Amino acid sequence: MLKFEHVSKRYAGGGDALLDVSFHLHPGEMVFLTGHSGAGKSTVLKLAAVIEKSSHGRIFLDNQSFNDLKTSQVPYIRRKMGLIFQDYKLLQDRTVFDNIALPMVIAGHSYQDIAKRVRAALDKVGLSGKEQKYPQALSGGEQQRVGIARAVVNKPSLILADEPTGNLDPVLSAEILHLFTQFTQVGVAVLIATHDIALINRMEQRVITLDHGRLIRE
Amino acid sequence: MLKDNPRSQKQMGTHEPSFNTQFHSYLDVHAQTLFSSLGRLTRAPAAFMMTLLVLAISMALSSSFYLLVKNFQQLTGNVNASNQISVFLKLETTPSNVAKMRERIMLDTQVQSVQLITPEQAAAEFKANSVFGEALDALQKNPLPAVLVVLPKSSLEDEQGLNALITHFEQMPEVDSAKSDIQWISRLRAIIAVANRVVLLLSLLFGMAVLLIIGNTIRLELQDRHQEVLITQLVGATHAFIRRPFLYTGFWLGFLASISAWFIVTVFMLFLRQPVQALSQQYSGSFELAFLNYTETFTLIGFASFLGVLGAWLVLGSQLHALESE
Repeated sequence: MLKFEHVSKRYAGGGDALLDVSFHLHPGEMVFLTGHSGAGKSTVLKLAAVIEKSSHGRIFLDNQSFNDLKTSQVPYIRRKMGLIFQDYKLLQDRTVFDNIALPMVIAGHSYQDIAKRVRAALDKVGLSGKEQKYPQALSGGEQQRVGIARAVVNKPSLILADEPTGNLDPVLSAEILHLFTQFTQVGVAVLIATHDIALINRMEQRVITLDHGRLIRE
Repeated sequence: MLKDNPRSQKQMGTHEPSFNTQFHSYLDVHAQTLFSSLGRLTRAPAAFMMTLLVLAISMALSSSFYLLVKNFQQLTGNVNASNQISVFLKLETTPSNVAKMRERIMLDTQVQSVQLITPEQAAAEFKANSVFGEALDALQKNPLPAVLVVLPKSSLEDEQGLNALITHFEQMPEVDSAKSDIQWISRLRAIIAVANRVVLLLSLLFGMAVLLIIGNTIRLELQDRHQEVLITQLVGATHAFIRRPFLYTGFWLGFLASISAWFIVTVFMLFLRQPVQALSQQYSGSFELAFLNYTETFTLIGFASFLGVLGAWLVLGSQLHALESE
């Protein structure tokens, strides 16, 4: 599924954000990516989401190398993944329904299809009946669940989550992680960047630890 | 969905809609974007109206100047230009000398025909056609000279040859002066050519202004929706998808502004029509003020809409690239 091969990332004017990082994420697997602030967690996610390009090494998703990607191909790669952010990144002037529908509208699905799948996704994250609400009217936990529904509505094979529970209390965090576990059961690979050690210990999943851009423990 | 059908997820990978579905939803998205971008514009009515008015005034200015020149051209276009020369003889020339002059000119190889207008004929014609006709009666003597209307051979159409002929006539002792219509008509045409060039330059300038105003409006809109653009990019939107609403915004600005400009120009012309007609009657003419015709109206609207899309396109090219490198 997602494979990093000796990946390094050096920013212009900065040091090495990542140094020779290799790992392989398999379908249905949930992996936590952890480390101190600035260890390179966000860089790994940015590289995996093709927001940035690696300086060295190769990254693959389903055997497709990111190195040979043309700019025009990037959107189609992104449609294979669902991204989840700490600050949710919802469109504040659109309803919950429109927010979740966005990836499907972009991919060009029919309205009937979209409506059906959006409702199913809302049901999945436990927000049925809130589709006409605006994000501001929702609590933080609810907004994050809208973000998750948006990430899974297009049936991605990979979910990338950057500090998904960063703004949530432990109970809500546990609920969100429970959702992620459910996705892995249907074959979705989930990569979660977090520094919430308590959370990681509770989940007993594979953990990748970064330190100053190096992978120090798997 | 995920919950209902756990196995299919893995087999299907990312679900791709069929071509037919994609095509139909593509049209849906276009229609939806067309109206949502209009709706977005009207959400800030004050800013929208101001931008629209600035654009409309720019377009109205160049269109009305164009119309001004067009009307002037139409006015002068009614005058039939020919290469005929009026040879005015000196007042004291006797009728027998006039006849001799006519014979002489007729023998010129460059001349096709010569028509004589006697002072009496000229006076009668003047009385019939001019409001000052009665003034002639007040004079004791006919002040009008005999005129020989010379029609040169049709081959003689260039100004140089015509001028040479005119000079030749003027050198004759009985001739007071010789004039050709072509002289002042070519001067008039030269003036109109200059005016047309000015219209072209002004239209270019105003077109640039329209392009810049629309570009700037789109740039501000893009800054306003910065977050939205980033988010749609992250969930797999192509450049085309991101550009579309902004291109439609550009289209609406150009389209609506050109229609407003049309109204402004038409109101201007309606306002001018009555005094122009009064003026035309003073010259016993029947001049009808020309408005923007269908072709011109559609050209204006089409060109303005195109400029709107182009302005948006140009800004999007650089701005989206800048957004991407963030």
